[in-house]
Amino acid sequence: MSNSVLFDAPGPKARRLSITLSIVVGVLIVAGLYWLYAVLAAPRPSSGGIVLPGMFDPSRWDVFANPEVWTFIWSGVVNTLQAAAAAAVLALILGVVFALLRTAKASWVRVPTTVVLEFVRGMPVLLMMLFILLGFASGAYWAVVLALGLYNGAIIGEALRAGLAALPRGQREAGLSLGLRELQTRMLIEFPQAFRQMLPIIVAQLVVLLKDTSLGYIVGYPELIRSTMNNLASFYGNRYLFSFFIVTLVIYLIMNLSLSWFARWLSKRTDSARRGGKAKKNVPVDPGLAIAQASATAAQSESKQGL
Amino acid sequence: MDVIIDNMPRYLEGFSMTLQLLVVAAIASLVLGTFIAIMRISPVPSLRGFAAAYTELVRNTPLTLILFFCAFILPYLGARMPYEQFAMIGLSVYTSPFIAEALRSGINGVPIGQAEAARSVGLGFGQTVGYVVLPQAFRMVIPPLINVIIALTKNTSVAGGFFVVELFAIGKELANANGDAVIAVLLGVATFYLLITIPLGFFAGRLEKKWVVSR
Repeated sequence: MSNSVLFDAPGPKARRLSITLSIVVGVLIVAGLYWLYAVLAAPRPSSGGIVLPGMFDPSRWDVFANPEVWTFIWSGVVNTLQAAAAAAVLALILGVVFALLRTAKASWVRVPTTVVLEFVRGMPVLLMMLFILLGFASGAYWAVVLALGLYNGAIIGEALRAGLAALPRGQREAGLSLGLRELQTRMLIEFPQAFRQMLPIIVAQLVVLLKDTSLGYIVGYPELIRSTMNNLASFYGNRYLFSFFIVTLVIYLIMNLSLSWFARWLSKRTDSARRGGKAKKNVPVDPGLAIAQASATAAQSESKQGL
Repeated sequence: MDVIIDNMPRYLEGFSMTLQLLVVAAIASLVLGTFIAIMRISPVPSLRGFAAAYTELVRNTPLTLILFFCAFILPYLGARMPYEQFAMIGLSVYTSPFIAEALRSGINGVPIGQAEAARSVGLGFGQTVGYVVLPQAFRMVIPPLINVIIALTKNTSVAGGFFVVELFAIGKELANANGDAVIAVLLGVATFYLLITIPLGFFAGRLEKKWVVSR
């Protein structure tokens, strides 16, 4: 709560000022939104002297009365979710594998993996999609799934590695002293804990993955944006472009916001589950940020252990 | 390899466009993101609410959709601009909430005692934030900010799908023209991206290690 320190607990005068300001700003914001609405809703004269109806005119929205349009949009949603689910599974599997290889004892395994991961994380997902699409002639679906799986697998692998490094060393030692082999200790004792600790970050990264399926639009996979904005909008004409955009936006927001909220709920729950320790941790709104911080801590504790 | 050397001028053309997108969008989103972050911590509730809503909405919209809006819907609504500028607008808007989040996490990371000390010396909200909290927060947020910029670098490739001739678009074009050397062509493109992202990542990692130690 550093917020409340930044300014005094407001007295009556300040509270009045704050309320006035708040109302003024609120009115300004509402006015701005109304202005936007009015500009969009105004009939627009076009070049031929014809006046086109405004953006909220019923004639621009009547397509949505047609159930076939919704069936088509639904197929786009399903394609998006399908690609996201397949890529998520692949990313989780790859993440575990990468984390294992990255923390291997033998340097001939560890070093090449590090280089490959650095390479994968440093280049755009879109380029990877194009690479798979053209290099392996795999079709758009596999290009999207494989590229997203590989890229997010590398990121999840990094998160898991940070989680492994953050575990107390006693966990590993206890496993080894019980007679478990190295790999058994990793898989049975260390990974479950690291996974639990990093779960909120991983789910947040899966939101990013879901968002990134929209890149399929560019490589020609018929996901949500392509099926609404490209197929439907060109079938029904430019008149509906704006309406289709709004509907697509709303669908994306519903999908992503519900998954984000799930991630936040999860992180709150795991936080309260292990109250005490590092309870006051921030909710990972930006997984990239959280992973970078976690891996920096991991690198530091590694160098301390002389690993 | 010959393909890359033969087409070097095209590559460099695309690379300079990517750099332009990167620099303009980075500066614009830094300015916008700082505004959002300040609104987010301000004492005025409606500003806080607006900033929170903006962050939540923009962060949960795919970049492709934002760039689609800039490249198709804005011209349809009557805006006239070259596509590069549309892409810059889209990238800046998309990146700004991430910048704001990085700044906010930095501001929250400044020990409360600092703000308390500033307040007890008699500084007001603007002075506390401007002279005491933000200068420290900026130092702390430099590694996360660099990470956001790295993500932005990779995101500029999406503009290649919306009529901007940058590195990705050049790669697509060259790959189509040289069907026999697709992998070489695309590896060339990847090299140029890595030329930006790897040094930045290395730099951020360095700073971050230091930063973790200092706390």
